[in-house]
Formats: sequence, C-alpha cells, structure tokens
Amino acid sequence: MHRDSDRYRLFSRRSILLGGGQAVLFAALAGRMYYLQVVESERYTTLAEENRVSLKLLAPPRGRIVDRFGRPMAVNRQNYRAMLIPEKAVDVARALDTFSNVVPLSEAETERILREVGRKRRFLPVLVRENLTWDEVARIEVNAPELGGVSIDVGESRHYPDGIYTAPVLGYVSAVSEEEMTGDPLLELPGFRIGKAGLERVHDEALRGRSGTSQVEVNALGREIRELERREVQPGTEAWLTVDLELQKYATRRLGEQSAAAVVMDAHTGDVLTLASTPTFDPNSFNRGLTPEEWRTLIGDPRSPLNNKAIAGQYAPGSTFKMAVALAALESGAVTPDSRVFCPGHVELGNATFHCWKPEGHGTMNMVDGIVQSCDVYFYEIARRTGIDRIAAMARRLGLGAKAGIDLPGEKSGLIPSRAWKKKAKGESWQTGETLLAGIGQGFFLITPLQLAVMTARLVNGGKAVRPRLTKELVPFDSRETAGPDLPAFDSLDIHHSHLELMTNAMAGVMNSPRGTAFRARIKQTGRRMGGKTGTVQVRRISKAERETGVLKNEELPWEERDHALFVGYAPVDNPRYVVSVIVEHGGGGASVAAPIARDILREVQERDPSRGRPRARLPEDSASRPAEREG
Amino acid sequence: MALSSSHDPELTLGRKIWQIPWMLVLLVTMTASVGFVMLYSVAGGNVDPWASRQMPRFGVGLAVMLVVAVTDIRLWLRYAYVFYGLSLALLIAVEFVGTVGMGAQRWIDLGFVNVQPSEIAKVTLILALARYFYASRVEDVGRLTHLFVPALLIAAPVVLVLGQPDFGTAVLLLFTGVVLLFLAGVRAWLFAFAGLAAVAAVYPIWQFVLLDYQKARVLTYLRPENDPLGAGYHILQSKIALGSGGLFGKGFLQGSQSHLNFLPEKQTDFIFTVLAEEFGMAGGFGLLGLYLLLLIYGFAVSLRCRNHFGRLVAMGVISAFFLNIFVNVAMVMGLLPVVGIPLPLISYGGTAMLMLLFSFGLLMCVYVHRDITLGPGAASGD
Repeated sequence: MHRDSDRYRLFSRRSILLGGGQAVLFAALAGRMYYLQVVESERYTTLAEENRVSLKLLAPPRGRIVDRFGRPMAVNRQNYRAMLIPEKAVDVARALDTFSNVVPLSEAETERILREVGRKRRFLPVLVRENLTWDEVARIEVNAPELGGVSIDVGESRHYPDGIYTAPVLGYVSAVSEEEMTGDPLLELPGFRIGKAGLERVHDEALRGRSGTSQVEVNALGREIRELERREVQPGTEAWLTVDLELQKYATRRLGEQSAAAVVMDAHTGDVLTLASTPTFDPNSFNRGLTPEEWRTLIGDPRSPLNNKAIAGQYAPGSTFKMAVALAALESGAVTPDSRVFCPGHVELGNATFHCWKPEGHGTMNMVDGIVQSCDVYFYEIARRTGIDRIAAMARRLGLGAKAGIDLPGEKSGLIPSRAWKKKAKGESWQTGETLLAGIGQGFFLITPLQLAVMTARLVNGGKAVRPRLTKELVPFDSRETAGPDLPAFDSLDIHHSHLELMTNAMAGVMNSPRGTAFRARIKQTGRRMGGKTGTVQVRRISKAERETGVLKNEELPWEERDHALFVGYAPVDNPRYVVSVIVEHGGGGASVAAPIARDILREVQERDPSRGRPRARLPEDSASRPAEREG
Repeated sequence: MALSSSHDPELTLGRKIWQIPWMLVLLVTMTASVGFVMLYSVAGGNVDPWASRQMPRFGVGLAVMLVVAVTDIRLWLRYAYVFYGLSLALLIAVEFVGTVGMGAQRWIDLGFVNVQPSEIAKVTLILALARYFYASRVEDVGRLTHLFVPALLIAAPVVLVLGQPDFGTAVLLLFTGVVLLFLAGVRAWLFAFAGLAAVAAVYPIWQFVLLDYQKARVLTYLRPENDPLGAGYHILQSKIALGSGGLFGKGFLQGSQSHLNFLPEKQTDFIFTVLAEEFGMAGGFGLLGLYLLLLIYGFAVSLRCRNHFGRLVAMGVISAFFLNIFVNVAMVMGLLPVVGIPLPLISYGGTAMLMLLFSFGLLMCVYVHRDITLGPGAASGD
C-alpha cells in the first residue's frame, strides 16, 4: 500500500507535468489559429479569391462579309477543337503521342504544337487539332482518361462558301505569326485568326470585334464550376461589299484555268462588281494551315495563283491605250477628228520601220476609223504630232500609271513614261521612235487591269474622275440602320464632251461595225449592245527575218512567248453603265480571246442588272440592292 | 465478456452501467457529430459518400465502447500481452497481404472490412506498457535494465509501421510509448539523454531511413511558398483556407477552398481546415474546446483511479488522443510537416474511429473500476 502511494505521487506529479505540457501545446494551436484567421486573414482571403476566380477571354465572332445583295461571302462555322493545356498534361510530348493513337497527327502538326507550347505560358491552352469530325470528337471523349490535359471546345472558324471565287477580293485569314503578336491577349487565344490578305486584312480591325471576358470559378484542376461575371463580346462589324457574288463566280469560271484577270465596275459609282484573277486558290486551306506540299504547288505555279493580277499584274496596255492617245491629240488640238492619215502598212522613221498589224495597210484613216480598225500607222502619226508628255498627262488623267486607290492591299501603280521620267530613270533623253510606240501603247508603259477599267469608266461616264471601291459599308453588329445609298461625287476631268462622245462611239464601232476588230465578239441583242477596244501585246521581239518568212502564229509558240490578250469594254452602248477590262496572259489576240470573255461578262452583268425593265433611272441601285431584313 | 464480471461480488452489471460516465459518452457523441456535419459539407452537402458510412461505424464503435466500459478491467490486464501480440501479428501480415494506399501499405482487407493494423497497435501498445509497469516496483523502474522490455515493446510496432512506410503513425506510437515511460517514473535524465541522442540521429535518419516523399514533406514544411504547385501545395492551400475563413468563417457549405478541391484529403487529414474555413476561428475554437473537455475528463478519470494499471491506461489513452489531435491540427496549420494523421473522432476512417472509441471504452472501464485495487496476482489469473 505504501509502495503504491509512492508510485501514485510520482504518477500524479508527472501527470500534472504532462498536462501542463499539453496545455502549452494547445495554447500554441489556438495562437496559430488566431494568427492565420485574424492577423493574416486578409492576405489569405485574397489568395483564396485568386485561387477561385479565373479570368477567361472570350473571342468575338468575326464579322461576316456579304456581297452587294447580302449574300454571304465569308461566314463563321462551328468548329470542334481539341485543346491541350501543357501545365495539366505535364509531359507534352507524351500527351501528343497518346493523342496520335486516337486521332493521328502529322509530323508538321506535332512540330507546330510543340513550337506553340514553347512560346505560350504553360497554363494557356494550345490548339491541337481543329475541325474535328463527330467521330473524332467521340473517340477523344471516350479516351479522355488517358488524354490528360486535352479537352474539346467549340469555337468558330472562318469559312468561305465560295472561296476559290472570292479569294482575290477577300483574301484569307490564318493563324497569328510570332511577329504579329502585339501583346493583345486576343491574339494569343488558341486558334485565333487574323486577316492576312485582301479585304480580310484591310478591315481586320473592324471585322475582329472586341473581346469579352468571363470570370469563372474554377476548381483545383482548373475545371470551370460556374460563371461569376461576364462582359459580353462585341461581335465584329459586318462588311457589305460592292461585289456581286454571282457575277464574280461567273467571271472567274469564264476565265477558267488561264492566267488572267477581269474587272467589272459601275462606271458612275466606281462600285467594283467583280474583281477576278485566275488561277485562284482556296482561302479555306490557308485558314486550316497549308501543308508544305500545297504551299510548294502554289508558289511553283508559273501562272502565280497568289498574285492578284487584277490589281498587281502589270502589262503594256497595247491598243487599249489608243483612246488615251486620241483624247490627248484632240484635247491638245494636234489633230481634229477628221484629220486623215494614210496607212500603207508601215511607216519609216530614220532607218527604223514601224509596222502596222495589217501588213497590206488600211488606206486612208480618220480618228474613228483608226480606233475601229485599230490602225497602228494612224496612231504612230498622231502620237508623233501630240508628243509624249501630252499623251502621258492624258493617260494619268484617265487613271493610268497610278494606284487607283481601291481598298485592297498590294495594288501596283504601273508606269506612264515621260521625257522627265526617262531622263531620271535611265539617264537618257527621249527618242521620237518611243513616242511612236507610245501611240500603240507599247514601250515602257505598264498598267493594271483595274486601271484599264477605271480608264474606260472615265471615258464613258461623261469624264468624271471615278475611283473604284469594293466596300460599300461597314455595318456595326448592333446597328439596324444602314447609312442608305451613298453616292460618291467625283470631280470632272475637264475633257471636252464631244471628244469623249467620239471615243464612246468609236468603241461602239469596234464591236458593231463590220470592219471593227471585235465585230465577231459583239452582243447582237438590241438594248444590250456593247462597245470596246481590243489590245494584243507582243511579249517577244519579232525579227526582220521572221517577218519575211511569215510571223509565227501564237499556237506555234511556247506559252510564255505568246501575246497577251487585252480588252476593255462597256455596255449598254446607248447609256453606258458597266465597264469591263479583261487581260489573258499569253492568251493570244485581244479580239479572239479577250473580247469574247468580256462580251459574256457584259451580257451577264446586264441580265443581272436589278434596274432591268425599269425606265431609265439614272443611278438605280442601292435601295433595291439591300434586302430589308438582315440576318443577325 | 460482460459475463466475466457478473459474478463479481462488488460490482453487478447494473451497477456498472450506472457507473458509466455518461457525460463522457455525450461529449464523444457531440464531437463525432461535428465530424458528421463536416463530412456532409465536404461531400458538397451530401451524406454520400462519407457521412452515410461514417455514422453506422460510429454506432458500432459506440456499442463497442459501452461493452468495453462494463467489462472487468482484470480481463484487459490479464490478456494485455496477448492483444499486443495479435496486433504485432497483424502489422507483420500487412506487409504481405496489405493494400497499398497513399504510397504505403496500411490496410488489410478482411473481406467485409478494411483494417488498419497500425491503429490497433496504438491501443495495444498502451495496454502492454501499462501491464508491464503495473507489475514493476518503483525502484525497478529506476534501473536501466528494467527498461529493456518496454523499449522492445515500443520499438517493435514503431519499426513495423515505419516500414509500411507510415512516418506519422510511427512517430505517434513512439511518443505514446515515451509518454507512458515518463508516467511510469523513468528517470528524467534518461529523457534528456534520449532527446540529445535523437538530435544526433537526425542526420543518419535523413540520409538512410526517410524516403524521398517524406524528405520532400519535411523540406516543404520549412518553406512551403517555394513550391506552391508542387509539394508545398497542400500546406499552402490549407493555410489559405484557414486564413480566408477569418473569424466566423464563410458559412456552412460555403468554403471555396474545400468545395473547389483546392484542399487535398479533405475528408480525412484536412477536415479541420474545412471546419475552420466554413466556421472560422470560432468554429475551430469550438472543436478544440470539445477536445479540451474530453482531455480534462480523461485526466480526472486517471487521477481518481486507485489502481496503477487503470491510471496508466487512462493516461495513455488520453495522451495518445492528445497527440493525434495536436499533430493533425498543427499539420493543417503549417506548424508540422504533412504526415497523414487523421483528426480523431472527426476524420473519415473506420479503424481509427473504432479503435478510438475502443480506447475510450477502456477509459470508461477504468472509471467504472476506479475503486478496485488490483493485487499483484491479478494479472496471472483469479
């Protein structure tokens, strides 16, 4: 008993010591709790909020592009995409490997993904594959457990329903390259596209719209639980064009596989109804991303599909230039319409001989005859009398040799030579022989098909300095009102009215008089008849020997040595409204190749004219051209 | 079992039932109920999957506790080594047939239930040590040679649990044993010596014993902010949850950290964090208050007991209970490394709950038999 009470005392003493120790530790817990939950509370509350809330950028839908009647040319399509968040995949290379077993990835794709992973922050999603089919989506979902870090989302991707026809006008969108990153977070969104060419590039900012944000509550795995706050996106502006989609398609098909260009314009408003350049390409493939092979094919094609020949192809104008020479001669008083020139088939200057296209000669020519029959000798002579500087000045007034100012990137200005230009550029003085050649639009001259269309419009619209345009209106997504008909006013070129009328009539003669060079390509239907002017531009030099043995026909030459075929025209003859220019590279004769194409296009555009059947309204267009209702 | 004491002339079964400290039962039930509420919250406001399974376990545990409370204390004295031996056997068995969880072999699948032998060992170690020191005289305890057997008793389960590897439970076992040695009267200088030896052993243990994940836990304990997405993640997120809870918490079911899964193991190791996030410091203090009452009750039971076996058992149970609470709470508050110790009575887990209630049964048993003196021969039979 005594022994046990000793033991009890020892036990009690030590128990109290132990209890004291435990009390101290308990107090430490309470103190720590006070520190965390009261003293440091604010700091941890902020951290918890940051944990919880993740800010997400919402991509705005890109604005649609529609033609003058509201028909869609560029739209957005739902697009199922596989995304990869590198941070969650941990080992990206292995994740892609696993993905490849489910949906095969090409080497180029893997390379692109790895490059993007290296470039972006680890928690930002990277696009693995877009435009997934239903089957692929299903396979990815089924294999989700093995595909850590991979998720499917629905985005929008640009689609061009008639891509190969509209490419020269619209251009295309494609992925943002490293150099284009401006720090705008929108550009860093996976799969974001920006306009790289054509109107997509010109109106890129407007079409893009403004991004929205979404504050979402996320769990520890980054999975979104619910949305806390949202700032809606502002969809991109819708672009209404002056283009007539059906005519654009028609003209492109008519040009076919040749290396060619055609421009159709309203002579009064400058509305470009068609701007075709062939061969064309599929802009959807740029959006998707070209394979190296596709790229090589596009780049290697001698007909250069990527070059928009309507605005960037530069050619000598040939005989289509003769109206400019004639007007310069008339306006300067060097000749009158009735001044006569005898054409024996050639003319001598010094010890050089200048040939007419008709070796046996045209006989006596006045101005209308000269244009209708395209007599070269007539124009050698009046060019000599007028002088190069006055010809150059008139050419510039008609819109040649300078950018027409169309709303497309990459327009070329061409070249109209003068004495001063030659001195400066070549360091040589101008030769009279060069003035003679200028009479038939050869020599240093370079113009674009668009400039030819502008020139023709200015000839037939009463001498107004019309300028071309492709965009009629940019309509913000939330605006129901449209600005209504916007009729641009153009300055007068101050060219004598009777002189312009003479040109118009002479061009009508080219088509409709039996001696006209393009008589066979005329429109016979009354009321829709057309006027025009052919042009055939020699690409090679014809030697004296060849001329004696007989000039080789185009068909006997290799493609790249054949003549360029040119044509400018307008319709209808009694109230000119539409102008067209056509160039077929190495196509052969202007009359035999370019004129029939122009005729078919002018016939089509008149048949499609919305004012058809109405009394002669002066500018009957916009009110009818826009459907009352618009799709949201 | 109750039959063994039914023919006791001093205590009838009815009297024993009357003697059960019902206040303690109530406190235990209240504390466990806090656990059910938290498990309901952790499941996103749902009894499934945790609360619905934990409640019946508690029911079973409660019954076991009450049965143990009225058994004859001499039974536990007599068979203390047997129980200890059985638990060692289970610990060895888990090495061979155990189920791997959390990177360690901890469970034995008995078909109908998964048993965690290390939890059982926590109680049997107390019994065995109490049994040993009950039979020793004061002067024996002072002799170093007399400590050979208890050292072995402690070392055996500690080494086995360490090998699972379950560092946290091994430490708890070790400390429980040490506390019992201390209570039994082992000389104070020995503890000082052992403490120095432990410090000296840190380097070899770090180099040769600890596994990489254990080292990482210790390192990140020192600087958790260095690696917020890696190993320091658990501690940092837990601290954020606690801190953002503030004084009165975010409200029931409103803890963003726990419901958005920023907290790991929230139904087991980190359940205290969930409580403190949703009910703030007030809620946390409330639970600690309940624990404190239980501890004080346990102390009182121990000090009022007139037999040494009972005292040691009671104090052992209550000390193990305290150690469990302290290690868990200190861990979630970033005071100790994350070692994977559940919060007693609250965390989801069958064996731990059952063995804790069993140990409380022992505590009550001690209380019921507080006035019985156990003669030296009590351990070797009638």
